Order: sequence, then structure tokens, then C-alpha cells
Amino acid sequence: MSPVLSALRALWIVFRHMFRRRDTVLFPEREPYLPPRYRGRIILSRSPDGEERCVACYLCAAACPVDCIALEATEDETGRRYPKWFRINFSRCIFCGFCEEACPTYAIQLIPDTDMAEYHRPNLVYEKEDLLISGPGKYLDYDFYRVAGVAVGGKGKGEAESEDAPVDLRSLLP
Amino acid sequence: MPEAGWGAVHVVVMLLMPLLLAAGLVWAERRLLALWQDRYGPNRVGPFGLLQVLADAVKLLFKEDWIPPRADGATFVAAPAIIVTCVLAGFAVIPLAPGFVVIDLNVGLLFLLATSSLAVYSVALAGWSSGSKYSLLGGLRAAAQMLGYEVFMGISLMGVVMMAGSFNISRIVEAQQGLWYVGPQFVGFLVFFVAGLAETRRLPFDLPEADSELVAGYHTEYSGMKFGLFFIGEYMGITLMSSLITLLYFGGWLGPWLPPVLWFFIKTFIFIGLFILIRASLPRVRYDQLMGLGWKIMLPLGLVNLMVTAAVLLAKG
Repeated sequence: MSPVLSALRALWIVFRHMFRRRDTVLFPEREPYLPPRYRGRIILSRSPDGEERCVACYLCAAACPVDCIALEATEDETGRRYPKWFRINFSRCIFCGFCEEACPTYAIQLIPDTDMAEYHRPNLVYEKEDLLISGPGKYLDYDFYRVAGVAVGGKGKGEAESEDAPVDLRSLLP
Repeated sequence: MPEAGWGAVHVVVMLLMPLLLAAGLVWAERRLLALWQDRYGPNRVGPFGLLQVLADAVKLLFKEDWIPPRADGATFVAAPAIIVTCVLAGFAVIPLAPGFVVIDLNVGLLFLLATSSLAVYSVALAGWSSGSKYSLLGGLRAAAQMLGYEVFMGISLMGVVMMAGSFNISRIVEAQQGLWYVGPQFVGFLVFFVAGLAETRRLPFDLPEADSELVAGYHTEYSGMKFGLFFIGEYMGITLMSSLITLLYFGGWLGPWLPPVLWFFIKTFIFIGLFILIRASLPRVRYDQLMGLGWKIMLPLGLVNLMVTAAVLLAKG
């Protein structure tokens, strides 16, 4: 008799689900909650003083398992490196976040936004002006050039945060 | 209106109603399954997603009508037509209300059993003619399943026939004026319900289809509207079984206040809902369990029910 009872109990349990809350989020009308560290659309952020964070080191392009990132490095007159152009092909991107992990300057970031469907494939190729945002993204007061030892316009050797002035080798003599 | 005119109306209604119901059921089943799985189901195309069926039908019609090169062409094409024809023929003897029936056959129940058993040829032939091992296995299972379950389906009905003293379905309904047969024939009802599930190849007994083992069983190789016909056939089969249960055990159109046709449909829809609820909750049985249940439990139960009914009727005189 127990198989029959268990079958009837299964019917009753399933029937009761009629009065439960639906799990589905009706997407276009209602946005689902995405946690802040969700890996969605990729952006390029700026440092707190509004400069581009990207130093065009190519580490993101090298880390990308599907080769969807392409860029070309250049320098401004003060010696600061930045990408001349930066292109992400989102029709290839698998949103793995490896680029974000590889980035030494917190420039490239994945943000909780997935609403980027297109009817035409070429529209999924984002150029630098589509990627670059005006804010610092997830890391509010990090500035690579403030902590890095590299000399760049306005900031000489040894002037970075928690950095000592360069040692004069000859003055080491007793 | 003259007699012949009413007959034509009956024919048209009984031809269109099952087809439209089958289409509606595709939507209803998806919505109900979703409801029982905490989802919404199709709700985008048209009001409440009702036009989803239309969209699906258009998609099926525009699909390539492909016949696999190894298939037996003529049989392959004929198989889906057989199931729809058989089930539609079965609807000819279903009375919706007093006098509202295409043919008031005095062997109506036998005719129904015959047509619904013929439907197995569709499945078996589809499985055989597809030229695919999955289809063949599905067809074989269907044949074995029908063989086993057809036997006690007929036997379980005999109790009702004995009590009403007629094979005429309208007569059987009228005989339930005082008491629905689900009371005195409860065991018969249970046995018939299980047989009905197996007959329509619905989930716990959907072994001919068995998506997880046989791809899609007997209709693995079918595409386009030929697949659609199998689909329609299955849903019309559910409607036919539900209306049979209503007519034979739950007093058909009998009921207070509401018009008879409405009562018939209310009761039928409750059983259609039960079919879908069972699909939502019970897992598929194993093949040997299916055969064991049929031959070792259901057949003896049906026979005992038959003999007890006969004895009681004899004792009453």
C-alpha cells in the first residue's frame, strides 16, 4: 500500500505548490537583483582624479581565454601609457572575469549589468568610448600612478605613496 | 431544424471541439505544469500566453517536413494520421448532452475501445517505420504496454456495463441518475483510470516516449506537422479518456442548476487537470514495474471487481 500512499502524497505536495510564490522574475518588467560582484558587462574605469586607469599592459588581452580583447598602447607627452584604442568583442566574451583578475591597475572591471542584447552582431563589438566610464567603478580611491614607482608627468622618482626618495649610490660611501 | 441539419452540427462540433481543445491543452498543460513548479509558463504571446499555441503551430508548419532516408516512407507518413483518425473516430460516440451525439451507437463503448486500441498501430508503426533503434524500442514498448493495459481496461468497464445493462454511453449516463457509478464501481474506476493513463501514454507510463532513455521514443524521427499530429493525438487522447471517465463514472452531463453541457465540460476538465497533475508529480516507472503492475495487480483487481459486481447484481435479482 505504501507506493500508492507515497504517490498520493506526491500529488498533494505538488498540488500545494499552486499557492506558492513564483520563483521566476519577469525580466523586462522587473529587474532581478544582481550582487555587486556579478560578472556582467565589462567597463574601463578612471582613477579618482579622472585619468584613465588603463596602462595598456596587454595583460587582459593575454589572459582572455577567447581572445576577445584587442588594444594598442601609446604614450602621452608626459610618458604616461594609455591604450590608443581598446576593443572588446562581446559576441565572443564568456564573462569569465580573467581580464579583471589580470589587470594590475583595476582599470578593467566587470559590473552587474547584463542588458546588452543586440540584433546585429557587429553592434556587440564595443570600442574604447563605449567601454570607458567617467567614474572609478568598484575601487573608489585607488590610483595606480599614486602608488607606483614609475615617473610620470608631474610626479618624479620616489614621490609615490609610501616610497622613499631614490638612493644616491655614490652617497653610500662612508 | 430538420434531423439531418442537427446531425451536421453535431459532426462539425465533434470534429472541431477535440482539435481546438487539443490546441488549448498544449497551452493549459504548460501553464499548469509551470504553476506546480513555481514558474509562470508561456505568458508573453497574447493574453496569458494563449497565442503561444498559434505561434508553435506556425513554427511546426514552416519546419522542414523531413523523412529520414532509412524510413519506410508511406508507413512513416501514415502513422501520425492513424492516431488522429482513431481518436477523432472515438469522439463520434461521446455524448456531450442528452441527444448531442454524432452516432448514438448501441455498442458505443465497444466501438470506443476498438478505436482507442487501433491507435496503438500508429505508435507501433511509427516506431517501426522510422528506421531508428530508439523509435523501434519505443514502438515495441507501446505495443507491449497496450496489450497489457487494454485487457483490464475492458474488464474494468464491464462492471459499469453490467450495472447499466447497456453498451450505449448515453444509456449508461442516464442510468446514473440516482448514484454516480464512481461509488459502487470505485475499484473499477481506479483500474480504468490507471489504464487510461497507460492508454494515453502519459507520465508514470510514458515508456514508449521515455525522453530520458529513448530520446523521444516512437516519434524521435518526426518533425514539423507530422510530429504536431502525434502531439494533437496525445492531447485528444487525454480529452477522450477524461470525458470517458466523466461519462462512465461521474454521471456525464448530470448535475444540478447548470446546463448539461457545462457539467460535462467541468467534470472533464477536472480529470484533464488530474492527468496533468500526475505528470507533474510522479516519476516514470521501470519497464518491469509497468508490466508487473498491469498483469499482477490491475488485471486481478479488475477481475475481482467484475465478479463481485456480477455476484451482487445476481443476488439483487
